[in-house]
Order: sequence, then C-alpha cells, then structure tokens
Amino acid sequence: MNKGTAPHTLNFDTGWAYSPAPESTDHVHIKDQYKLFIGGKFVAPKSGKYFDTINPANEKVLARVAQAGAADVDRAVTAARDAYDTVWSKMKPAERGKYIYRIARIIQERAREFAVIESMDGGKPIREARDVDIPLAAAHFFYYAGWADKLDYAFPCRTPQSLGVAGQIIPWNFPLLMAAWKIAPALACGNTVVLKPAETTPLTALKLAEVIEAADLPPGVVNILTGDGSTGAAIVNHDDVNKIAFTGSTNVGRIIQRALAGTDKKYTLELGGKAANIIFADAAIDQAVEGIVNAIFFNQGHVCCAGSRLLVQESVADEVIAKLKERMQTLIVGDPLDKNTDIGAINSAAQLERINAYLELGQEEGAEMFQCGDKKPSKGYWCQPTLFTNVAQSHRIVREEIFGPVLAIQTFRTLDEAVAKANNTQYGLSGGIWTDKGAKIFSVGAKIRAGVIWANTFNKFDPTSPFGGYKESGVGREGGMHGLSAYLDLH
Amino acid sequence: MTAPKPDHLPRVDEVGVDERVARFRSRSIKKASKVEALNLVLSQIDLTTLEGQDTPGKVRQLCQKAMRLHDTLPDIPHVAAVCVYPMMVEEAKKALGASGIKVASVATSFPSGMAPSDVKLEEIKLAVGLGADEIDMVISRGKFLEGKYQEVFDEIVACKEACGDAHLKVILETGELGTLDRVRHASLLAMQAGADFIKTSTGKIQPAATMPVTLVMLQAIRDYYYDTGRMVGMKPAGGISKAKLAIHYLVMLRETLGEAWMSPDWFRFGASSLANDVLMQLQKQRTGIYQSEDYFSKD
Repeated sequence: MNKGTAPHTLNFDTGWAYSPAPESTDHVHIKDQYKLFIGGKFVAPKSGKYFDTINPANEKVLARVAQAGAADVDRAVTAARDAYDTVWSKMKPAERGKYIYRIARIIQERAREFAVIESMDGGKPIREARDVDIPLAAAHFFYYAGWADKLDYAFPCRTPQSLGVAGQIIPWNFPLLMAAWKIAPALACGNTVVLKPAETTPLTALKLAEVIEAADLPPGVVNILTGDGSTGAAIVNHDDVNKIAFTGSTNVGRIIQRALAGTDKKYTLELGGKAANIIFADAAIDQAVEGIVNAIFFNQGHVCCAGSRLLVQESVADEVIAKLKERMQTLIVGDPLDKNTDIGAINSAAQLERINAYLELGQEEGAEMFQCGDKKPSKGYWCQPTLFTNVAQSHRIVREEIFGPVLAIQTFRTLDEAVAKANNTQYGLSGGIWTDKGAKIFSVGAKIRAGVIWANTFNKFDPTSPFGGYKESGVGREGGMHGLSAYLDLH
Repeated sequence: MTAPKPDHLPRVDEVGVDERVARFRSRSIKKASKVEALNLVLSQIDLTTLEGQDTPGKVRQLCQKAMRLHDTLPDIPHVAAVCVYPMMVEEAKKALGASGIKVASVATSFPSGMAPSDVKLEEIKLAVGLGADEIDMVISRGKFLEGKYQEVFDEIVACKEACGDAHLKVILETGELGTLDRVRHASLLAMQAGADFIKTSTGKIQPAATMPVTLVMLQAIRDYYYDTGRMVGMKPAGGISKAKLAIHYLVMLRETLGEAWMSPDWFRFGASSLANDVLMQLQKQRTGIYQSEDYFSKD
C-alpha cells in the first residue's frame, strides 16, 4: 500500500471555522496587589518589593505580587515551625485529614475560577486547566487526605514520623497542580509547609492561600511566599527547614543538591526530561498519532515528562509523519481562554526566547523543520507546533530539553535499536510505547530506564501513581503511597 | 479483485478512539459557526421512513417535509434525500418532482440481508428501475463474521454493478460487527468493492451510529483516499436525533477528512427526527428563544 507518500492531501485550511468561544472571566477576582501568606495572614514583605505577573497571551499586567526576601523566608519558616510544634504535629491524624478534605472540596467548588486564573497567568488552554490541572489538584488533596490517619498501614511494622518544616519550590507549568502535589502529602504526613510558586505563575498559589484561610487551617501550617530564585535559595538554605521538595530544571536541581550536601535535610527533586515515545509498526497508527500530539503539544510542551523525542519504526515512519502533519493542521493555536484552543501561549518571554534559540539551532544542525499555521496573535508569546525530521541522536535538539512544542523525530529498525536510543539520554523521567502486542509492552517497558512508562497512551496522571525520574531527571518519588515516604522518617 | 484480509489491516485501539471522540465533543460551536453548521446538517439529512406500516400517504407527507422543512425560516436548505423501501420509490419520486431532492431506497433484503444474492440484485434493479437515485444495501454480516470475506466482497461488487448510475451506500451494520477492528476491516472491504458511501447502520439494531464507530470509518475513508485518490462518502444512521450531537459529528468530519467532505455529496445523516431539533435550534439562534415543538411539523 502506498502510505504516507500519497499525493492526496486533505484541506483543513478553508471553509467552516469555529467562532470564538471565550470562557467568561466575570466571576474571577484578582486583586491589584498580593502580599505574602505567612502565619495564616497576608502580610507585606519586609523587603518592601513587589513585581508584576503578566498574562503571557496579551502581556497585560494581572497583578503585583510581593517579593519575599531572606527576612520574609525566616518569618515564614518560624511560623511554620511554631505551627508544627504547637498544633499540627500534635493533632490527631484523622483531624489533619479533615482539613485536607476541606481544601479539596473548596478547590472543587471554586474550580472554574481556578481554571480561568491558571489559564490567564500561565497561558495554558482553558480546556486543559479546566479538564486536567484543577480536577487533578483537587484529586491529590482528596487522595492524601485519606492517608493522613492510615500511615501505619502504609508502612507496616515501622513507625512513620513527620519531618517538621517542608520547603517546597514549584515550577510554572502546572502551578496549582504542583502546589497540590507538594502540599497534600506534606500535610497528610504531619508536616508544615513553606511553598514558593514560580515567579511567572504565582496567582493560583495565592488563591490557594485564600482556600487555606477558608478551610480554617491553623495559622502557619501552610505559608506561601512569592518571589524569584533568590527566595527559593533562601528557603533551601534556611537552617530550620527539614525537607526540600523541588520541581524544576535539572540545572537548578544541581544547585540545590549541592547546597544540601552535608546537611541533614531530606529532599526530593523532580527535574527535566527528554522522553522517547516509541511507535512500533504494529501499533494502532491513528491512535498513536493522537498520542504523539498529546505527548508533545499538551500544555505547549511545557511538561517535564513530555514525549519530546519520537522514535518511529522505519516501515511506518512515512505514514506516521504524514498523518502527524495533517493532524497538526487541525490544532488551534491562540487565545488560551477560548474553549476551542488546543495550544495556548508560551509561558514567558524568556521561555519563548529559549525555544526559538532551539528552533534556530535545529535548523543549523541540518534538521528539517515543519511548522503549521502562522496566524499568531500580535501580542503575547507564541510558538507554532513544530516537528524536526532528519535528526540524529547527536543533535542537540535530540539531547537537550527544550520545554516547548517541539518534537524531534527519529526512526529505528529493531526493538533493540529503539531501546538503545530511548535510553541514550541524561534523563529518565518518562517514556511511551505504542504497539498492539501486549508482550512487547512488557519487554520494552522493563528495558526503558525511566520513572513512568505509558503504553498506548501518554501524559496520564493520577494521584495514586508514583512519579519521578531516573538519572538526571530527579531523586525520589511523588504521588501514590511512594509519595508519603518523602515526607516521613521511618523508624 | 480480492477482499482485504484482517491480518493486513490497520489496528484500532478502542480506548484511543474514545479519547479522540471526547475531544471532538469538547469543541464549543457558537454563534455564526453554529448557524452555518445547523444549515449544513439540514442539507445532509436523508429523511427516512423505513417501517412496516409505511403507506404512500406517509411517504407523500415525508416528501412534503423534505421540500419545505419550515417555511417560516427563510434561507434554509432542503434535505439531501428521502430514504424509503423499494415499494415506495415511485411515490417518493413523484412527490419530490424536480425539487433536486434525491430518492434513496434500501434494498438487498433490508435490514437483515438474509436472502439469496440473486434476489438481492433483483431488488436493486427494481428500485433503480422505479427511479431510485441511491441504493442503501446491507452487507451479509453473517458471512463476514464467518470469515467469508470474499463472498461479502463479491456481493458488493455485484450490487454496485446492478446499481448502474445509482449511487451505492453500503451499510455495515456496525452494531452487529462487535469490534472497531472489524468495522475498519468491513469499511475497507466495502470501499474496495466499489461503495460510493459507507454507512453505519440500518437503524433497526442497537447500537446504531456512534461517534467512535463513525470516526473509525472516517479514518478508513481517509486512508483509502490517501491510497487511491478516490473520495468515498460517509453516512452515520440511527440514533442521531439532536442538533448538538449532529454538530459534533461535523466537528469530527471537519477535523478528520477536512473541508472537501463537508457537503451533502460526501456526508449524510440517516435520521427521522433530527431535522426538527435542528430547525428548533435555528429558530433559537434567530430569535433568542426556544419555541414549543408544536410549532414544528411532525411528519
């Protein structure tokens, strides 16, 4: 059969187009200025400094948020320590659980507001914020609330004990969800928290502070500090912090690990990735193409576990690439608040610059670039979905994490070659296998050195499932029962 | 020509198909795009009556409706075709006159297909002779499930020949095929045997048309087009009675096969009650309020 090289192509360019379907923002309340959330109250930063957070889709300022300095971090850690010593560590576990359930329920009740703010502050499509980020964040709180009084059952014959104050630093790609990943298990295990959201996406964390107020948590159990890298460094280096949980780039992860060397702080690091999505010739091709799209274009590719490398078996490569290119023409890039948008705005000017540098680099390296559509809004940060073909394992666009909607496509001939290429990376966070053969899923899955392997699907998340990396993709596991041990001393 | 064997067919992952369909259903179609879609849906309807109690009188009523869907709404299209049993073709043809609306006739011992091949061919010839523009045949599902693909294939080839100039729609009756892999196989088999359209269901078996089944058939059409350059039409039938669902079908069509298929020449809805819901929605778009269903004629 003549596959892929067919001269017959489809037209997705003209004709019936979807009218704009913007999600309403009327119900959303964003203050002009946000202070720091310390000891159960919003307090002005001692630094006196504030910075803007903008909407990356139109570059408009959404709010001014406080810049926490070292003195503010100290205040927050002190508040967290007090809350730990006087209330939280002494509370009956079942009572702790009730507070966490309450947070989960309030998030669900305010889901629409959270979804809209997440989309405005971070640039992600409202469809994803609404269907993925916010429901999953609530689900994490629900899940860990249930563990609060069952820790003895999670670790039979051992004595799980809370650690104390957890310093948590989260990234900008899934702001509320990452806050949930961090806060929920920490609280369930009896720790108190100082959390710093990313500089470009602080708003849903500040909204979460409102939820925590509404849930009537004892003051100081959760403290939320906005700021930049220096705020994060102050948290990491604070003497009275017992545990650091970080999600972000491998480079910052290295700095943190260095800073923690010689201290007795526990840590978990969830870092970068360059996952291989492997398509075997016997896969259900149409569904695999959908999986490729979901793997790399979900959240504009700002996903640490994104399937940013495609390995496709040579005999079906032409067909897969041709179908992928046609599928990409139906992706709608634009206003993140439009319910039909598939690909929103790039999170920040700096990230867009990084991605663009890789687009240039890829072409300089001799790879063939394919993009579709050029209707970018005039304001804001945008990147069209991009494919690179004719790439080799030695290309930097194959080796380095781009963190954008950019896919590098390579081919392979045999199963062993696919496995070798998939593993030939400094990272090991995730991977995908597409085949109709169950046995192949298990044999390849066992050979890929990555924390999460998806079979015939991609980017599926669930609070019950542990998540974390091999190699330079991180240390420790978050989520599931495994995520509990990161916040406990086990005697 | 030989029928395609299942071993050489593209595989279908049902979970993945469902997820893709969920994405189509999450598209939000509003305002101008909704009106455009509703009009397109009307123009793609095969207004259908296939009942034992059908009479010439009933068929005449249906043809009236086909030509004048709702005269108080200006600038709406007429439906694509009226779909009846062979015995009613003559009546329908007469009633529709020069309206441009086609007469489609089911044939080949619809809906079971349980008749000898020569009887089926005679039925097609009869319907065409009476003036049917389109023939909706059923495949022999029993033979297909038995693995006698070549017999099913040869029968479709013969039916196509018997049709002469009439268009042939091949009903797979997907509700009896059981798996999406078989739907994909039967789709390809029907297209290779000469189908002008492939169609999901008779409407007599549940489930009738579903979005996952239709998606798999659209993907088969697309691959067949890639391979041969020949466009084949698609007709989901049965169970599509709401405008909103019909619009989701159009979203799926648009994002799977593209603009070329967005016309009554290449896509039809087999439905009896869909038209009224679409009319009600169009009226709502014009006036901002829903009217009682009693304002729309039921035929």
